[in-house]
Amino acid sequence: MPIETPAWSRRRLLQTSAALGAGLAIPHVFVRNAWSQDKVFCNNPTGGTVTLGFNVPQSGPYADEGADELRAFQLAVQHLNGEGDGGLVNTLKPSNLKGNGILGKKVAYVTGDTQTKSDAARASAKRMIESDKVLMISGGSSSGVAVAVQSLCQDMGVMFMAGLTHSNDTTGKDKRRYGFRHFFNAYMSGQALGPVLAEEYGTDRTAYHLTADYTWGWTQEESIKNATEALGWKTAQTVRTPLGAGDFSQYLTPVLNSGADVLILNHYGGDMVNSLRQAVTQFDMKSKQVNGKQFEIVVPLFSELMAQGAGDAVKGILGTANWDWKLDNEATKVLAKSFGEEYGSPPSQAAHTCYVQTLLYANAVETAGTFYPPEVIKALEGFEFDGMGNGPTLYRADDHQCFKDVLVVRGKENPTNQFDLMEIAKVVPRDQVTYDASIFGGELGPSDVKGCAA
Amino acid sequence: MSESVLTSEKGIGRSPAERHRPKGDGMRGFMSSSRSDYVILAIFALAVLTMPVWLAPIGAGYPDILQKFAIFGIFALGFNILFGFSGYLSFGHAAFLGTGSYAAVWMFKLLSMNALIAVVFAIVVAGIFALLIGYVSLRRSGIYFSILTLAFAQMSYNLAYSVLTPITNGETGLQTSRSDPRILDTMMGADPHILRTPDFFGIALQGWPGFYFCAILLILAFFVTMRIKNSTFGLMLFAIKSNQNRMNYTGFSTRPYLLAAFVISGMYAGLAGGLLAVTDPLAGADRMQWTASGEVVLMTILGGVGTLLGPVIGAAVMKYLEQIFSSFNEGFLHRSFDFLPTGLQDFVVTIVSPFVGEGWHLTLGLLFMIVVIFLPGGIMEGIAHLTRRFRKGETGGSGQTARTGH
Repeated sequence: MPIETPAWSRRRLLQTSAALGAGLAIPHVFVRNAWSQDKVFCNNPTGGTVTLGFNVPQSGPYADEGADELRAFQLAVQHLNGEGDGGLVNTLKPSNLKGNGILGKKVAYVTGDTQTKSDAARASAKRMIESDKVLMISGGSSSGVAVAVQSLCQDMGVMFMAGLTHSNDTTGKDKRRYGFRHFFNAYMSGQALGPVLAEEYGTDRTAYHLTADYTWGWTQEESIKNATEALGWKTAQTVRTPLGAGDFSQYLTPVLNSGADVLILNHYGGDMVNSLRQAVTQFDMKSKQVNGKQFEIVVPLFSELMAQGAGDAVKGILGTANWDWKLDNEATKVLAKSFGEEYGSPPSQAAHTCYVQTLLYANAVETAGTFYPPEVIKALEGFEFDGMGNGPTLYRADDHQCFKDVLVVRGKENPTNQFDLMEIAKVVPRDQVTYDASIFGGELGPSDVKGCAA
Repeated sequence: MSESVLTSEKGIGRSPAERHRPKGDGMRGFMSSSRSDYVILAIFALAVLTMPVWLAPIGAGYPDILQKFAIFGIFALGFNILFGFSGYLSFGHAAFLGTGSYAAVWMFKLLSMNALIAVVFAIVVAGIFALLIGYVSLRRSGIYFSILTLAFAQMSYNLAYSVLTPITNGETGLQTSRSDPRILDTMMGADPHILRTPDFFGIALQGWPGFYFCAILLILAFFVTMRIKNSTFGLMLFAIKSNQNRMNYTGFSTRPYLLAAFVISGMYAGLAGGLLAVTDPLAGADRMQWTASGEVVLMTILGGVGTLLGPVIGAAVMKYLEQIFSSFNEGFLHRSFDFLPTGLQDFVVTIVSPFVGEGWHLTLGLLFMIVVIFLPGGIMEGIAHLTRRFRKGETGGSGQTARTGH
């Protein structure tokens, strides 16, 4: 039985394909090293501009935070390029910022949508690194995303200046040499909030936790649980809810009959808005009495944006915040004014941390005198600064976590306008929330990675 | 209408004769029809391998997106074997994609960073998983089959988030870490505490090498799909699509064929999932969500159901929209339209901006509607129309027949 041989045998085809593939890959290898200067690193800028990547959630439960972060990034880029009123460029101490871009190069930026999903965030970050040649990535409104993008940035050799991420893991067990976080974390929230809770609600309480089911929720639940149990509180139950659940009534129904007299909502963004509103309006928990005590709700991580979304439900609710635009210091006033003039609303804490991170990166590059990441990292590690709105702040070298005062805030009973929904109950000093860097484990890893320049 | 277009070429009309021929003859029939297919394969291979060059002008000439093109091309190719060939619409194929990813990352954690081991394991695990789900789901057909697969996929997704968190690490996603054992690598004398990227016998599969690895597997997958389409087995699937009852009455048990098609397409999805993990060693449960299952249905329909090339094109179009369109912001639009006078520029930017950035879903939806309404056979049908019209124009034809399709 004759079998006709096709013009191209399978083997020949495969060989040709493989050869062709290798052939096509070769030019890329040469092009990469062609423009390397003294130090080879990822996306060494050659032209008159330097590009930063802002990777924020534009859809999903944290979309509001993402939109505000993006505004802050745009403002930071303007100020770095010497446009507008300069904002915190003028108040940072010590500062090497010159208001003419970074190392004389004009700052440009690209944006991307993380969709609050690790996969999408990494794809977006990879596009920024490979296609747009960014030197630094910032943003993210979810710790799951921050942890995922941070480890990608470590692999690629690109700086990651975390935006809003509150999980202990970001600078704990998943910390990376290329990742830095200005925002506070769940552990600090617990340390700051605990004493206030004991003062307000007493030490004989039973808590019921509803927790967003991912790294941030887990660590916040753990931190708050530890802090409250140290005060003598008991924990009735901890229930995990999926991120972006929308309707929380099935999780709220058992709360009042569980014997708990405090509900702790480890939610953020759209989730917190929904769960808190349902707890207060639908289940009317705030007016209930359990165990002879007034039922209370606590939202450990609080923000102005969420207070706007939740409306009347936030009145009297206690929580913590990284920063608030009503703080009484010069830098805060400068930023609130500058942001307000540009966008017509005061900046949220998410916007603040993203703005500050961008400026801190720029300042570190100016200090190092080069974009070479290992030098920039050295300039940031152990950097002690002031004039960013939080008072004296330290970027700890051991875990790349910022240490500064933490605010305990409360939903205002009689707000005067839509931006005045929270009052600062207490400013907890930095020493009280500082912890030993080794308690969460993890390793920073190396600083000299070839990354995408390899 | 589209079904008759799809089946008439490779023929149900021809199939009864070929079915009853002895195996050797069928083989010859396959071989003799294959020359043009090999030409297509060669052109396909060339086009895929040169993607970095010809896709650069539209902003897609960087490794990550091209890797995604290749990977989701494989995913859609496999899905098409089930949906396009046999007409069974699975709405839960993302489950196999996710399973493949988890399997691959576990190999990276336990055995070795060698991509080959991970990919093979991913295919095997996804195949077994597909066998289990397929065995149950294929007891029903039509909408009930779709709903069963959807239910299984959602179940896997929710399990990955809740009960199976020790295996899947929940929302945070499964990642490699310094403390993993990596038995084979340690035996080979590599220091397990240095975190490496997946490699193929020493070639780190990041960036361009990663793309060529995926591209070669895509070409291979395309070749296998072509062989399946031209085989007796493929004809069986087309026959099931055209009329399953007739097949049953002629004495064929159709379920084994369907199950085989289901498992094969599950293995393709596993391969795609494994490759996702190879190019980026992180597996998250998002990959199993029903939206991801819906995505592959969209890709296939967009490109052309039942065609060879269609799903690959559909996958690329969709990933392009998702990655590139979603990154256009207003600043970018102003720069692209700065050749226009200021007033007009602002006007154009206002018109265009809802369709880019976070509005890319809107563009995708519109594109999908246009394709489904005007080109039920997908982009491939559009291409066929164009070539026909072009040829008509050459011979001076009126184009009458091209229009009768609608």
